[in-house]
Amino acid sequence: MSAPTAVVDPIVLEKSGPFGHAILEIGRRRSDVVVLSADVAGVTGLAPFAQAFPDRFVNVGMAEENLVAVALGLAKAGFVPVATTFAVFATRRALDFIAIQCALNRANVKIVAALPGIYSTFGPTHQGIDDLAHMRVLPNMTVLDPCDNAEMQEAIAAAVEHDGPVYLRELLGKETRDVDRGSHRFEIGPAQMLHRGTDIGIVASGIMVRRAQDAVAKLAERGISAALLKVSTLKPFDEDAVAALARGTGALVTAENHSVIGGLFSAVSESLAKRGQQVPVRAVGVRDEFCSFGSNEYVAHTHGLTADAVVAAVEDVLAARR
Amino acid sequence: MVRDAPAPATPALDELRDRAKQIRRNVVRMASGKGEGYVGQGLDVADILAVLFLSEMRYDPTDRGPETDRLIFSAGHYSIGLWAALAEAGHLDGYDLESYGSDGATLIMSTHEGHPDLIELTGGSLAHGLGVAAGLAVGYRLKGWPARIFCFSTDGEAQEGSTWEAAMFAGHERLGNLINVVDVNRTQADGDLVIEVEPLAEKYRAFGWWAADVDGNDVGALVDVFEQARAVTDVPKAIVCRTTLGRGVPMIVNRERNHFVRVGDDEWDAVARELEVSM
Repeated sequence: MSAPTAVVDPIVLEKSGPFGHAILEIGRRRSDVVVLSADVAGVTGLAPFAQAFPDRFVNVGMAEENLVAVALGLAKAGFVPVATTFAVFATRRALDFIAIQCALNRANVKIVAALPGIYSTFGPTHQGIDDLAHMRVLPNMTVLDPCDNAEMQEAIAAAVEHDGPVYLRELLGKETRDVDRGSHRFEIGPAQMLHRGTDIGIVASGIMVRRAQDAVAKLAERGISAALLKVSTLKPFDEDAVAALARGTGALVTAENHSVIGGLFSAVSESLAKRGQQVPVRAVGVRDEFCSFGSNEYVAHTHGLTADAVVAAVEDVLAARR
Repeated sequence: MVRDAPAPATPALDELRDRAKQIRRNVVRMASGKGEGYVGQGLDVADILAVLFLSEMRYDPTDRGPETDRLIFSAGHYSIGLWAALAEAGHLDGYDLESYGSDGATLIMSTHEGHPDLIELTGGSLAHGLGVAAGLAVGYRLKGWPARIFCFSTDGEAQEGSTWEAAMFAGHERLGNLINVVDVNRTQADGDLVIEVEPLAEKYRAFGWWAADVDGNDVGALVDVFEQARAVTDVPKAIVCRTTLGRGVPMIVNRERNHFVRVGDDEWDAVARELEVSM
């Protein structure tokens, strides 16, 4: 077993990104955490952990089904496995293993998935625009889509403490500017009201929270008072917070780094329908289409995952109400 | 680090054969009147499970401590054989074997983790077990625990890519505490193997394993091969067991479409009689 004080080369740590820092801290605190990768340890920031705790780091190679299977075996031996790969490979290639061996049996396995949503320059094979839909539909799963690097670091700590299967979207450090969350610390479950407003309610998740914040400022310049609710836990979903927002504003816009099918827009709409709240909802996110190759800015603009797209959706839904 | 001493109190071969026959009686009793089912698999696997539970493994489902071997049972539809063997080994007290496959019963037609408690894996979706067993073996090595991890899997599962992801990983990691027991009866849902999986032992060897072929319906040969495997502690081990679906009941062995056998209500007495005279 590695010594808890294991030393890490500072250059390796510097290059590792926010997840690498967070998982190293967790590894120092908890000797029962084992980290696994499927040949993406470098890009997902695991080098410091692997250097500090070589016997608690397992690289299974390009084998995502086996990644999840080995993680489950480690959980059965009493460890807390944190299995990392890209969102597309975890949820498309290993879905049966996650569904049956993690979700069905409430296994204490943490799936950490990098490149969520449009966040790859490498086109549809690497853009996880459907991962949340796959994970959200599974009973017993906890599904987390943190809004920025700092919240993601808090979320992985919360995921490790949580007893049960968790799917967490990893940010590599460059996807978004920070969100001002005030003194709020991440916890699994509750949504957080970031701005109060009366004309429109914006519900945002993941990296769209920062863009929605920018949209709130732009709308204020136009005399529109927008409320902003941050949802970082897709499941279990904070239906009460959405219901209260809908009551207070009478119209909603959702903003997510995901297909508009199966993710935040779906969760919000299902929740409203279940409660009989007849409120118009506009969706900002990936339409029912695969995305393009190219820089993050190019893909975001092409597919409408921008602050301006949120502003346009707000104006659209308000115009329809008049 | 891997324990190489045999399990305590190994029974004599004659006794093992008798108990394998009793497992087969249990299988027939569970299947009788159900019309159809995995009776063929239950009969086929009786000798393997008799040797595992009653001779080779240090198996105690109430104690998952450092010395107790673990069983990851990958082939869920073999549950009829598993229930029959666990009952014979004294691990299913309080469960009614005849409830097998009935609505609401604990002894279901597949395996479901925790159902009952001693079941470690949900096995209905095939070829999940070997990777889980490999992960468990890594965990035991990390902890310095000497017990061994057994996986029970089948030839059909060798058609799934996940089997070979796990085999490559276990070979690379030199998991000397892992043993994959592969039942090869050469049938699957569509009949005779629709895609050839052989040579299995050679495939495992190519992935860095020790592997042996054995007649999986010969109790003495099974005891011998597990003893050989015990001496190998630095790489994972595959025991490729050649078996006959329905072994012990000729009318089931010879039945067409015998992966999922259809047996008429009036035939079960004949099945039971054949078992008594043919083994």
